[in-house]
Amino acid sequence: MREIELGVVGGGPAGLSAAIEAAKCGVKVAVFDENERPGGQLFKQIHKFFGSREHGAGIRGIDVGAQMLEDAEKHGVEVRLNTAVWGIFDGPKLGISSNQRVSRVSMKKVLLATGANENALAFPGWTLPGVMGGGAAQTMINIHRVLPGKRILTVGSGNVGLIVSYQLLQAGAEVVGLVEALPYISGYGVHASKLRKCGVPIYTSHTVKEAIGKERVERAVIVKVDENFNPKPRTEKRLTVDTICLAVGLTPMAELAWLAGCEFVYVPELGGHVPVHDDDMETTLKGVYIAGDLTGIEEAHTAIEEGRVAGISVAEALGYLTREKALELKQKAWGHLDALRKGPFGQKRAEGKVKIKQRRGDK
Amino acid sequence: MRIKDHPILGPRAKGRKVFIEVDGRKIEAEEHEPIAAALTAAGIFVFHRTKKNSSPRGLFCAIGRCSDCFMIVDGIPNTRTCVTPVREGMKVETQHGLGQWKVGS
Amino acid sequence: MKSTLKTTGILRGKELLSCPGMPTKKRMKQGPVAIIECVQEIPCDPCVDSCRQGAITMGEDITQLPRLMEDKCTGCGTCVPGCPGQAIFVVDLNYSKQKALLMIPYEFLPLPKLDSKVKALDREGKVVGEAKVLKVSNSKRNDRTPVVSLLVPKELAMEIRNIRF
Repeated sequence: MREIELGVVGGGPAGLSAAIEAAKCGVKVAVFDENERPGGQLFKQIHKFFGSREHGAGIRGIDVGAQMLEDAEKHGVEVRLNTAVWGIFDGPKLGISSNQRVSRVSMKKVLLATGANENALAFPGWTLPGVMGGGAAQTMINIHRVLPGKRILTVGSGNVGLIVSYQLLQAGAEVVGLVEALPYISGYGVHASKLRKCGVPIYTSHTVKEAIGKERVERAVIVKVDENFNPKPRTEKRLTVDTICLAVGLTPMAELAWLAGCEFVYVPELGGHVPVHDDDMETTLKGVYIAGDLTGIEEAHTAIEEGRVAGISVAEALGYLTREKALELKQKAWGHLDALRKGPFGQKRAEGKVKIKQRRGDK
Repeated sequence: MRIKDHPILGPRAKGRKVFIEVDGRKIEAEEHEPIAAALTAAGIFVFHRTKKNSSPRGLFCAIGRCSDCFMIVDGIPNTRTCVTPVREGMKVETQHGLGQWKVGS
Repeated sequence: MKSTLKTTGILRGKELLSCPGMPTKKRMKQGPVAIIECVQEIPCDPCVDSCRQGAITMGEDITQLPRLMEDKCTGCGTCVPGCPGQAIFVVDLNYSKQKALLMIPYEFLPLPKLDSKVKALDREGKVVGEAKVLKVSNSKRNDRTPVVSLLVPKELAMEIRNIRF
């Protein structure tokens, strides 16, 4: 049996994309994923993606995911499910656990594509059953096909809050309201329009003050905030809800990169502490690459492109691609990444990526 | 409540029914679904209670990365019910406080 | 604060009427035409390819807003289901003396029944009148975004963007 040359941690869009790209060039790839099913967040995205038609815009996330799994299989990518990666060592070696057995696996190159974690928001009553992440509600309705509740309050008007609220409507729930602390909607206007024309109120300059209930959420209190996000007295509004979805941002899941000793930089535009990487997606540790939301909170298409760059770079480093061919392929992917980071929504992310580049440039 | 038909996902494929026991009560579940989904569909939202105040806790992250969905499953405490699939005859119990391993297990 | 798409999620007034996807009043009086209510610069271009008449253009930079070439547009509605933002509609102000035809994307169940009367909602979800369902199209090409064709009062054709029944 051929030894693993590229070990990928995380079988979401970034990890699968890298695996497919590297495997196409002849690299022996194994993807480790702790879940029962690969695909990361893709199979929860039942909506049509934006982006360029050249790269699959207009296609639903679930179909993008299905195609990627097909491609991975076609190119002989080994996918080890129900396998958690708990450690990373010199070698490189990965510490894995599967079926209650622990072992260490050697490889030539590692790609960390572990994605991100949902942020939490603490307020009185937040521990009650019924308060959950926006992504959690999305998992329940789109993967398990179970409604977590019937009357929803969503906190946060980024794309996750807006999209999950719309998907909750499609699943048969009533979205009683959406609160956003900023004085404007932070996600795409078109997503907000879909909610408004269904009669969902969007309360900007508002936040959730309290969740009330005995065994479960029964009511929520929302309150207006001023420009410093301080609650304005006597502006409370009580809503009858049984579920409060927290869509207040994501943070890269960077534990393995931290354990490995990668250098980090703090970039608020990208969700917090991110590992420093170069244009080839390699971190400050030679042989350790990163891609996807781990490198900064963006979207599925940027995850796929970054994965592509990482896969190509690994294939090149292992001698499966000439420098010229690798550069040609990478330039296509870099061009696409630049296109996806344009405009008022992408600009902040582009600036964030520049900060990473600047930090790397200092070395 | 189970979503029977969906504008994008289509009609629900009828999974094989299995029965699990929750605090002595027989609950209908669908093969392969996580325990937390079966409980939510059955209208059970409290999965465990805290040690100090017996405060109710339930689903939070739904992807196995927090600890809010912990229950005792077939005698094993601190089981993440949101990522553990149901099995015919499985015994699920509301956990009270910290997980207690039975002596000898 | 001024009511804009960014602050309320509702597109209205100048912000709506001045976007490059909006046909002129003259063109709207001539018959069925697409209304592309896209006003934010987001990297996105599926609409361009969806039009078989080449009536939607964008240029190289996909962040640009789509432009409607109203003389090429036949109002066929092929572009309606493909927009990820569900921001494209078709309006035919010439359908009859008092009524207009309006096509909207509709991704909910149940789908409305043919010839049924439904409540017509504006961009704020408020009931502004009644509409009759003329057609519900949901072919493979729609990729699960059905398009509902409605008979609406002419003066409400640019207000109604959703239904309830």
